[in-house]
Amino acid sequence: MPDLLPIEALLFGFLLATAVVIARLRDLFAAAMLTGMFSLLSAGLFTLMDAVDVAFTEAAVGAGISTVLMLGTLALTSRQENQQPTRLMPFVIVLLVGAALVWGTLDMPAYGSPGTGPIPAAGNAVIHHRVAPDYIRGTQQDFGLPNIVTAVLGSYRGYDTLGETAVIFTAAVGVLLMLSGPATRRREPAPGENPQADATVQPELDQ
Amino acid sequence: MFAAAMAGVLVTMLLALIAAVRGPTVYDRILAVNMFGTKTVLLIAVSGFLAGRPEFLDLALVYALVNFIGTVAVLKFARFGNLGSDARRSSR
Repeated sequence: MPDLLPIEALLFGFLLATAVVIARLRDLFAAAMLTGMFSLLSAGLFTLMDAVDVAFTEAAVGAGISTVLMLGTLALTSRQENQQPTRLMPFVIVLLVGAALVWGTLDMPAYGSPGTGPIPAAGNAVIHHRVAPDYIRGTQQDFGLPNIVTAVLGSYRGYDTLGETAVIFTAAVGVLLMLSGPATRRREPAPGENPQADATVQPELDQ
Repeated sequence: MFAAAMAGVLVTMLLALIAAVRGPTVYDRILAVNMFGTKTVLLIAVSGFLAGRPEFLDLALVYALVNFIGTVAVLKFARFGNLGSDARRSSR
């Protein structure tokens, strides 16, 4: 199996370039387009790192739903970002939070390295001493899937995944309803409102 | 062979990225993003064969579908200016 590291490094470079461009863009439509590309890039990276389920979610939610929701938001706001003075404080906070997150990952077993727990590949986490051995043994026998994570998400915790999908779907439907709400509400005058203001939109209801 | 294909995909990805950043019109960007989605599909497919595990091909197919739906939504936004109402009302 050839080493995919150069490809991953190149994709990380693309990712970084996209992020910098998004931060500097004033055209919000272009920024929304580039966030979609950012998600596609991360999904490709996740696939290369064998995190197929995460890549799946990233592509569906990040590149699909998020772009659509972002565009729906753009429809209600302006296409251009207001020029704002460069402030140092948010940048410092973001740097600190990012450093804290990177520091947090230091406790995890290194990418692709065997851990020191009873299961060599699993590291030291407590959960791996209990359920993981069953999953690892059962995946091949029960389902015959090559990927244990897929078996856990799709079969062992199938109802859990179904619930998560329902939650995400409900959230998307809710946001879409909210975004399309004002257009229909404008057609019925509020109690204290002047009904004449809606005269231009009123005939449309009869069509 | 697959390595050469991968290099080609990565180069076109970079070109699509540049096209999306430069614009200048909305449709250039939409085209660039759509093409970038196609390149991601190809990247996953080629990397599957490169690593000797072509079963990821299913994932690439799903990406193609997501990419299509996203492009339709973006085009609807570019044409009508919103996503919530239907075409008859918006085109008025």
